[in-house]
Amino acid sequence: MQDLIRRYRDPVILVLGLLVLGFFKAARGSDGMTLLFIALGMSLVVGLVSFDKGDLLRRYGTGLTWLIILLVTFWLVMLVIVPNITLFEQSFRPYLPVSEVGGPKDTYSVSNYLKVFDGNTDVTMFGQTFEMPVHVMTFGLTIWYSIVVTIMCFVLAYPLAYYMAKVVAPKTLPTLLLLLFVPLWVSEVLRAFAWWIILAFKGPLNALLMAVGLIEDPIRWTNMGYSGVVVGLVYTYVLFMLFPIYNAISSLDTNQIEAADDLGAAWWKIHLRIVMPHAKPGIASGAIMVFMLSAGSLLVPSILGSTTSQWFTQTIDQWFKDALDWNTASAYAFLLLILCTVFVTIAMKVFKVKLSDIAK
Amino acid sequence: MSAGIDLENVCCDFGSFRAVDNANVSIKPGEFFSFLGPSGCGKTTILRMISGFIDPTQGAIKIGGQNVLGQRPNQRPTALIFQNLALFPLMTIWENISFGLEMRGVDKATRRAKAEELLALVDLHNSADKMVSQLSGGQKQRVAIARALAVEPKVMLLDEPLSALDLKLRQHMRAELRAIQKRTGVTFIYITHDQGEALAMSDRVGVMSQGRIQQIADPRDIYNNPVNGFVASFVGENNVFEGTAGAPADGLAGFDTAHGTFRARLAADAVGKPVKLYVRPEHTTLSKTKGKENSVPVSITEVAFEGAFITVHGISDSGKTITAEIRNDGSATVPEVGTKLHAHFDAARASLLPDANVGK
Amino acid sequence: MHKLRLTLSHFYMGLFLVYMIAPLVVMSGAAFNDNKLPSIVPWKGWTTKWFSEMIADERMMLAFGNTLWVAAVVALIAVLIGTASAILINSISGRARTVVYGLMISTILIPGVVIGISTMILWTKMGNALGTEFFLFNPGLHLSVLGQVSYIAAMVMLLVLARLQSFDAGLEEAALDLGASHAQVMRRILLPHLYPAIGAGAAVAFFQSIENFNVTQFTRGGADTLTVYVFSKVRSGITPTINALAFLLILVTLVMALAYEMNRRRLAAIEAARESEARRAAELEEAI
Repeated sequence: MQDLIRRYRDPVILVLGLLVLGFFKAARGSDGMTLLFIALGMSLVVGLVSFDKGDLLRRYGTGLTWLIILLVTFWLVMLVIVPNITLFEQSFRPYLPVSEVGGPKDTYSVSNYLKVFDGNTDVTMFGQTFEMPVHVMTFGLTIWYSIVVTIMCFVLAYPLAYYMAKVVAPKTLPTLLLLLFVPLWVSEVLRAFAWWIILAFKGPLNALLMAVGLIEDPIRWTNMGYSGVVVGLVYTYVLFMLFPIYNAISSLDTNQIEAADDLGAAWWKIHLRIVMPHAKPGIASGAIMVFMLSAGSLLVPSILGSTTSQWFTQTIDQWFKDALDWNTASAYAFLLLILCTVFVTIAMKVFKVKLSDIAK
Repeated sequence: MSAGIDLENVCCDFGSFRAVDNANVSIKPGEFFSFLGPSGCGKTTILRMISGFIDPTQGAIKIGGQNVLGQRPNQRPTALIFQNLALFPLMTIWENISFGLEMRGVDKATRRAKAEELLALVDLHNSADKMVSQLSGGQKQRVAIARALAVEPKVMLLDEPLSALDLKLRQHMRAELRAIQKRTGVTFIYITHDQGEALAMSDRVGVMSQGRIQQIADPRDIYNNPVNGFVASFVGENNVFEGTAGAPADGLAGFDTAHGTFRARLAADAVGKPVKLYVRPEHTTLSKTKGKENSVPVSITEVAFEGAFITVHGISDSGKTITAEIRNDGSATVPEVGTKLHAHFDAARASLLPDANVGK
Repeated sequence: MHKLRLTLSHFYMGLFLVYMIAPLVVMSGAAFNDNKLPSIVPWKGWTTKWFSEMIADERMMLAFGNTLWVAAVVALIAVLIGTASAILINSISGRARTVVYGLMISTILIPGVVIGISTMILWTKMGNALGTEFFLFNPGLHLSVLGQVSYIAAMVMLLVLARLQSFDAGLEEAALDLGASHAQVMRRILLPHLYPAIGAGAAVAFFQSIENFNVTQFTRGGADTLTVYVFSKVRSGITPTINALAFLLILVTLVMALAYEMNRRRLAAIEAARESEARRAAELEEAI
């Protein structure tokens, strides 16, 4: 039986996928679909995992193996796969009062997605002014500033990662790591709030700068477009860039650096040609993490945002909380997920990073 | 109480690779039996089949006359000593030793007493409460043995236990293991690639090559009367001559080679097969006068002093290198390089042997 | 390394640490400033009244309590699922492993809003389909738990997997060979090795849950957690009672970090002593 499954696994998955699509079409508007999805999703995952249980059974016996598989399947199916399928499905349906759900008005369409193009606004770029849909603008700026945050995190974290991996005395390292972890343990909302205090008009940063004589009048930091958000995001996520790079650099044989030095390479050349290429998987995973976390952040943009800044997640929040339109919120959320994933994939291709390098 | 092991036509396949090919052996209760062979010859696979971690693809394994097919390792009356010892790092020494008893529900006081008893047996004192990381290599060895003995197995299985130790310690432990085996009377099945070990410790040796058992005999027989070229070469040094054999008479046969015609022993079942002539360096004598038969004139090329004996290499006029071994006890004169002497050997000490038995 | 660059790098490290710690200091400082608005400038005098006001603020205390029990439940479930997942991943190979592992890691990257909304929709829809009013299928903190577990379990999995990879599978075989049942092997051999990672995982899960906002915001129904409460107050008008709470949290974190560090040093010293004893024994052996 195991051999049969093994041999025909790929066609079986294809058929199952087609079944899913088929039911999608056939059972329009009915809520019983959710249960169907659960059944299908369950068989998919259990099937995938059951292909290679042999080692588990040998090591842990029947009872424990099934407990392990049950726990993992519950997680992956009920908490990951099915919710996302449901979100996907919901995003194609119109927002209707409860009584009309499942009725004639409940048809599939992409209208929720098209709402992204509603509401034009004037945009000035490179000296030219033209019209662009507001939400598209918001999304574009979100992506742009997430990139800025990622780059700033890299600039901050890379020298530090190198220092921790190669320069600092090994005995001080665990203490250092602990010190760095402490801010991470303090809640994100409190950290964002801390910056809210610091950047306030009458706050300590302005006081410090005026005392030192760098500026004459206090600056409205949090009203300068996206600067507050960027500062907050960098502070919140810089450690997520630091640790993967640190891990990657620690695996580099110090002898290589010494050899390059011995052969006459300048310090910046050593970094460019030897350290960074070796650390590329770490840089890549750090960059992906910081980018995705920044683009998906809601707290920091809300607390540190100005009147002229809008993060895409805030738009989603507005659809959910203010308009109570979960369907459009789903569509926008899904857009965020898909577009960010596409963006990251393209970036990975451009920088020649393979998925296998990161997901080890 | 110990038991014997019977392997009847046992085969083990990994996909299309046959690791063990028709192994047949009857190991007597209380015997010290070694499987000897190079890496990859199948001896580890046999051990894992006896202990129950691998199932044979064909054939039967009987312990104490009972077929153990289907019995998991924790159900078999065997105890395995792993190559890397596999001592439990988070438990004390006495907890390690009495682990098997703990699994059987024996109470703490009895377990502790038994552990102390075994520690005395393996000559390791005052170590009951230490941790594994506090012990040296040899001490860890003895703990591993004590741990296996604690469950009073009918058969002890040892997987190259001395390979990680250095020379002097290895020789010391050889004597210890043999002594322990004699004291407890348990059947020991020992696998190793070191012929000195196998010959010194065992009651009988099974030499293996490429999954097949080549010969089973006591150490003397293995060394003095090997059944084929592989066994002869594996357990000692040889001078090997290629040629054609004539008809045997009284167990001896003529052998034509490019370097002369010799006479040597020919076993009955080797008649008709292609054979080579094997004679050991210690049975090759060098003298100024030509021998009656089996004599080759050589010119001495190298004299190597190796401590207890001296290896002398000579080359014949026909271009063949011949090695002779002289004891360092002053009985024979050590020749000088360049001397012309005659290398000769006794027909009764040389054998005509076929190549290794590698199956179909 | 060049002397100047060495000094510069030490300085940079120090500067970075200041950058990381300073906001926390500012945060705590505002808890003692007698100023209606949270700030340290202007300093209007030293006071501890915000601490007493904090305890009196019922809504905040309730939110804090909610945060704690949610975090405890999340830690428990995430540790169970994460450990099981790590054991599973460690035992499978090939394409199945890549797919399952990728699926698990992807949960950390999915934006919290997506997790929050999808969890809400799924369980309310299930409630409608089954026609039941059971609490599980309505918005509330239990859904926050489920949403948080979906990605926090992956973090625990990573920690346990790393520890699992330093485990000698031969120890399991040795235990089996000595007669242990599978359950005994798990309890006495595998899990003790994993406890440090499981402990770390529980701590990570606990703190990640406390600071979670996105998932909680969408799934909580009407209930408050700390992050949600602070968020709502920042917009509508906030007093330094928040800073008082923040200061206490930071203090607790520091104390725990200190305790952990002292314990780690103690254990390292013990291990070093044991190793030198083994080395001495080995030297004695060679002299036989």
